[in-house]
Amino acid sequence: MKIRREKSGRVFDFFNYGMMIVLSVSFLYPFWNLLIISMSSPGEANSFGFHLFPEEFNFRAYAQVFRTELIYSSFYNTFIRTILGCLITVAITIFAGYALAKRRLPFRNIITLFMLITIFFSGGLIPVYLNIRNLGLIDSVWALVLPGAANAWYIILARNFLMTFPEELEESALMDGASPFKVAIKIIFPLSMPIIAVIGLWASVYHWNAWFDALIYIRDKQKYVLQLLVYQIMLQESISRDTSLVIMHRDTTPQSIKATTIIITIAPILLVYPFAQKYFVKGIMVGSVKG
Amino acid sequence: MYNSATRKLHFYKRFSSYYLMLLPAVAGFIIFDYIPMYGVIIAFKKYSITKGIFESPWNGMENFNELFNSFFFWRVLKNTIIISGLKTLFGFPAPILLAILLNELRHLLFKKVVQTISYLPYFMSWVVLAGIIKEILSPTRGIVNYMITLFGGEPIYFLVSVKYFVFTLISTHVWQSIGWGSIIFLAAIAGINQEQYEAARIDGANRIKQMWHITLPSLIPTITIVFILQLGYILSAGFDQIFNLYNPGVYAVADVIDTYAYRVGFEESKYSFSAAVGLFKNLVGLILVLSANYIVKKFNEYGLW
Repeated sequence: MKIRREKSGRVFDFFNYGMMIVLSVSFLYPFWNLLIISMSSPGEANSFGFHLFPEEFNFRAYAQVFRTELIYSSFYNTFIRTILGCLITVAITIFAGYALAKRRLPFRNIITLFMLITIFFSGGLIPVYLNIRNLGLIDSVWALVLPGAANAWYIILARNFLMTFPEELEESALMDGASPFKVAIKIIFPLSMPIIAVIGLWASVYHWNAWFDALIYIRDKQKYVLQLLVYQIMLQESISRDTSLVIMHRDTTPQSIKATTIIITIAPILLVYPFAQKYFVKGIMVGSVKG
Repeated sequence: MYNSATRKLHFYKRFSSYYLMLLPAVAGFIIFDYIPMYGVIIAFKKYSITKGIFESPWNGMENFNELFNSFFFWRVLKNTIIISGLKTLFGFPAPILLAILLNELRHLLFKKVVQTISYLPYFMSWVVLAGIIKEILSPTRGIVNYMITLFGGEPIYFLVSVKYFVFTLISTHVWQSIGWGSIIFLAAIAGINQEQYEAARIDGANRIKQMWHITLPSLIPTITIVFILQLGYILSAGFDQIFNLYNPGVYAVADVIDTYAYRVGFEESKYSFSAAVGLFKNLVGLILVLSANYIVKKFNEYGLW
């Protein structure tokens, strides 16, 4: 049934759509700008202007960056940490969520409270740092992967999802003598792909973007992650070209090197994002149904 | 023998597998979350690296005295409250407004595309975002200043001038979070009974009146809960963003509790002092969330739990 639009409604629509377009441009342009700068000659990169399209393409910055050892090790380290982080977090979360979904589990409420407290209270920056140091994890990838693996938000999310499964699903298997682990792995988890995808994606994005933990725990340049490398490069503004992390060439400016490194760092996310974003959204919806 | 002790054992044995499943998570929480909570006691000690957490001598409230007497602390507290307050003032309504407006878009594909684009900044780290923003706001290369000069103005030093820094901080914060923040409100709007709109239309209400009298009031429960959750973070003010955008020149307005605690801890190695700052922040945050939840509960039933 077509709804008749009043005139004021049409004016409103015009402004609404217009504003949405302006808004979208404001989100997209900064990234486009950086992309163009990374491919522009130094003269153009430094110029005052719109940077919509380079007059002449210049990939020197890319050549320089790809010739830098550190990029490859950083990429590798980021990749490893993301995969490890994703797998370990998902494994811990889904099992814990499943156990907590069992309504008759003794001490269930206490355990849940125990986990919830960690959301609101933290030891603070220094105690957390000292703890990692005391565990001997400085300069280790485990300092990046383990601390966030037990995450109360995710576990509660998984628990709520799993609680929607009827008990009959497992009852026959359990009565036939199957162990809870078998039931979990063979019956429940295959059906939990939606929540596993959500948690896995969230954890992956977190790890890909994490920089602060690397900043305080990683000293060895060979163990840097991409974000940390970008952070260090951003600091290079005031440092002379000779001591920079990326070998400068007289045909590239610090700006184009920075732009290039950033583009390389976000490229994987930009590629995955359009397809994965509906999972992220779903995650929030599932989590917010409760309140 | 089948007595009550054996029965209890059988009872718990049934659940032993589930406790095993919980073990990695619980161990993780204890090792990485609860043990550092204990480490907070160094806020009451004079921590020395050689002596470690246990052997370092107690010094009672000395660290806190030093904290409350220091010039920097009050400046930092003031900045935190101002920045946090402004972020809430502008950053809280913005996603709600966006959600309401997005909801009015009839063209579904257009709406989907705009939404997808709007979350984009949320998926980047602030290290990356700072790099992007610094380019856009550059006084010599950035498009914002370019347009300002086209209109005859002088370039504005957004990130190094004390006058403009906080404005820049708030604007970029809204830019980054408005898309993602709108999701939860859009979900709530989707749940509103369509019949209400029908009835309003029959009564002659135009679109804007409908938004004001139906959409907005229906969002109040969601708004309340999101607001309470945010209150606990009021002393946080966004470390990632500020840390990557600030510089010594704007410390006077930009330094917040977290950035101060970071510098004092990692650059000056005053571990006990930094821990005291952190503890103060956590306690106040906790009190705020509990109070807010209590107050809201008194007025209606929408609380966090």
